[in-house]
Amino acid sequence: MTRYNLPALARSGVSRRGVLQGAAAVGAAGLILPGTMSRARAQTRGGTFRIGLGHGSTGDSYDPGLWDNLYAQTFAAARHNQLIEVGADGNLVPEVAESWDSDDGITWVFRIREGLTFHSGRDVTVEDVIASINHHRGDDSTSAVKTLLEPITDVTADGQNVVVTLNAANADLPYLMTDYHIAIMPAVDGRIDPNSTDGLGGYIVESYEPGVQATLTRNPDYWKEDRAWFDRIEILSILDPAARLNALITGEVHLIDQVDPATIGMLEGRGVARILSIPGNAHYVFPMDSRAAPFDDNNVRLALKYALDREAMVDVILGGHGAVSNDNPIGPANRFFHAEMEAKTYDPDRARYYLQQAGLESLDVTLAAADAAFSGAVDAASMFSENARAAGINITVDRVPNDGYWDNVWMKVPFCASYWGGRAVEDHMFTTGYASGSAWNDSFWENERFNELLVAARSEIDEDLRREMYYEMQEIVSFEGSVIIPMNNNYVMAVANEVATPERISANWNLDGFRCVERWWMA
Amino acid sequence: MSTVIRMIVTRIALGVGLLFIVSLVIFWATELLPGDLATQLLGQAATPETVAALRAQLGLNDPAPVRYWAWLTGALTGDFGVSLANNRPIAELIGARLGNTVFLALYAAAMSVPIALTLGILSALWRNSPFDRVANAGALSAISFPEFFVAYILVLWLAQTGIFPSMVRITPSTDFGDRVYMTFLPALTLTLVVTAHMMRMTRAAIINLMASPYIEMARLKGLSPLRIVLRHALPNALAPIINVIALNLAYLITGVVVVEVVFVYPGLGQLMVDAVSNRDIAVVQAVALIFAAAYVGLNLIADVLSTITNPRLMHRR
Repeated sequence: MTRYNLPALARSGVSRRGVLQGAAAVGAAGLILPGTMSRARAQTRGGTFRIGLGHGSTGDSYDPGLWDNLYAQTFAAARHNQLIEVGADGNLVPEVAESWDSDDGITWVFRIREGLTFHSGRDVTVEDVIASINHHRGDDSTSAVKTLLEPITDVTADGQNVVVTLNAANADLPYLMTDYHIAIMPAVDGRIDPNSTDGLGGYIVESYEPGVQATLTRNPDYWKEDRAWFDRIEILSILDPAARLNALITGEVHLIDQVDPATIGMLEGRGVARILSIPGNAHYVFPMDSRAAPFDDNNVRLALKYALDREAMVDVILGGHGAVSNDNPIGPANRFFHAEMEAKTYDPDRARYYLQQAGLESLDVTLAAADAAFSGAVDAASMFSENARAAGINITVDRVPNDGYWDNVWMKVPFCASYWGGRAVEDHMFTTGYASGSAWNDSFWENERFNELLVAARSEIDEDLRREMYYEMQEIVSFEGSVIIPMNNNYVMAVANEVATPERISANWNLDGFRCVERWWMA
Repeated sequence: MSTVIRMIVTRIALGVGLLFIVSLVIFWATELLPGDLATQLLGQAATPETVAALRAQLGLNDPAPVRYWAWLTGALTGDFGVSLANNRPIAELIGARLGNTVFLALYAAAMSVPIALTLGILSALWRNSPFDRVANAGALSAISFPEFFVAYILVLWLAQTGIFPSMVRITPSTDFGDRVYMTFLPALTLTLVVTAHMMRMTRAAIINLMASPYIEMARLKGLSPLRIVLRHALPNALAPIINVIALNLAYLITGVVVVEVVFVYPGLGQLMVDAVSNRDIAVVQAVALIFAAAYVGLNLIADVLSTITNPRLMHRR
């Protein structure tokens, strides 16, 4: 996995200001020279790109604060732009913001690109950008990223600039602005209309039936010249895995997500489509409530961490489309991924040793799982239970219903299964899932040293120091944390041969960072 | 005739009362489900603050009777309100899907009812013949397989070979011919699933009558077997047949969610499932009432028809 451009530049001793402008310049160069991606074939315009996704429901909302599934995310990426885009290499690419800058990490200035228009024909103004950010802030906001944007104290206009003020320095603010919820939408009286589909993205919504189909046509005035190759996009919701596979085989759709590992061999044998398996930061987890006995003893947690066969889980649960994780929420696609940590292997003797350290002969725990947590969660829990038996640990698997899982099980029972989509920025991941008091700290874990480092690293300017801090934090989470992270799951999708993809596919989110709609083309 | 009109009026009044009770039960049942719309919409991303804000926005903090009353008064004035999940008018959400569901139900009925009646009459006529055995065994096997299995087999044979599309992509602008072509596989699946019930009932009802003295008389008169079945047995067997057809039609409207999922058919079933899992009470109520009304309405029609076909009920003394 190649690292981001940002640290490479930083290590060469450029000033902070220079780094950010440099990053912007790298992105800009990419926009001017489409050839820099070293594509095998030249892109062609035209064609209808049909996507069949295993997500989408009749209850899907237009409100950007409530986008929560791959259908909503991909549909949004087709019609909206954001301030900043994450490039295929994980680098930041200017989008509505043509450059950004900060002297102290507290006050951030985003320069808004001029001459952009919404589908409705209106010019994109600084006020639109401010309203789009403010939709996710404030007491009455219902946005899922409300917590993420909490450090923002003020968003103001300054000519063609948007000035964002934070309550403390944060070197990663530009990365946070790439969050898919923060789409730039037209404002009326300082507020965006959350039910509008008007955006400035590459495609204009022609029709939309929630949970069924969205049809979009190319935006003839799209400002990016080397993007949005298809004439039409159709995004279909196909919840049944077999129906999705059939749709791909019979040529009804060109791209499907969530390919069942068991069918991959058969699909490849057909010769109509290819599998893309993209290693990212997404991971499957078993959080333990660190406040509740027996999980309040780190020896018990370590015993459990050594009592599962991660390799076997990657093979069986992911069909090999993934990688073993060392209880590390920071993935190989992150900048400061600590790959040299002591690896935990399946070692029943060691697990038994930690059990003895905890003063226990054997251990009886209940693990709640449902496939709502991740596909194969129940099987993974059963495998865990089988593995742990050799170490004298009895794990009773409690199979619970999918319906209401996040409401009644997750963060309610002391030991359960869950997943994380992974985050492009270490701080984002740690702050959301591991900082003390965070709403999604699903192990209720508190570690003084970790919390100190988290705040210090956020505003640390020296790249090497920052790396050191993040390495230490990863070690703390891995060996003292209360979340078992057995594996990183790849994003697995199947693409029909008629559709060409760039050489590098973004790993920050599924479907080329949701941008398949504007980055891919008909072969 | 007045018997029939009196019956229709009482039955409609009873039906309305029944729908009211159904709506109460549905509301009560959805209240029992864990979680509410706010927690479901935010899913894993729910924090206490965002849930509280969303609840306040959606008016979920009112007590249940208040919410039920608000919904009921709206529904009585024809205003089904907006979907709480995405603010779309429910009438608009349901409109196209109801049309699709009714289209698929009628399509399947148009195939299955003639097939079932023909097969039923013929197997009654040639009772215990090889034809009877084959028809019965075939129909019973079709009904014994789970719907999704029948659907996948049809996809394997008829869709992967490129004869019919494996999924239905219809929009309001799709013309009738394309609709018939694209919806053939789901309609065929449903036909296979419902035919056996109707066919067996036809066969049983006719065979039951064949032992009656008046059939014996007709036979002694030297009438042909076909004429005996069609002119003498069938009219008296219509009442149970009509009831079974009505029951199956109601099933075709309300119970086809599995077929909808396999063929990606945008019908009411999937809407109902989504609305229940989202706890979108307004949509659940509206769809549930449509389903209940379909059962009540079709049963009413079946009763009226069986009364009309039965002179003993028409001219009661």
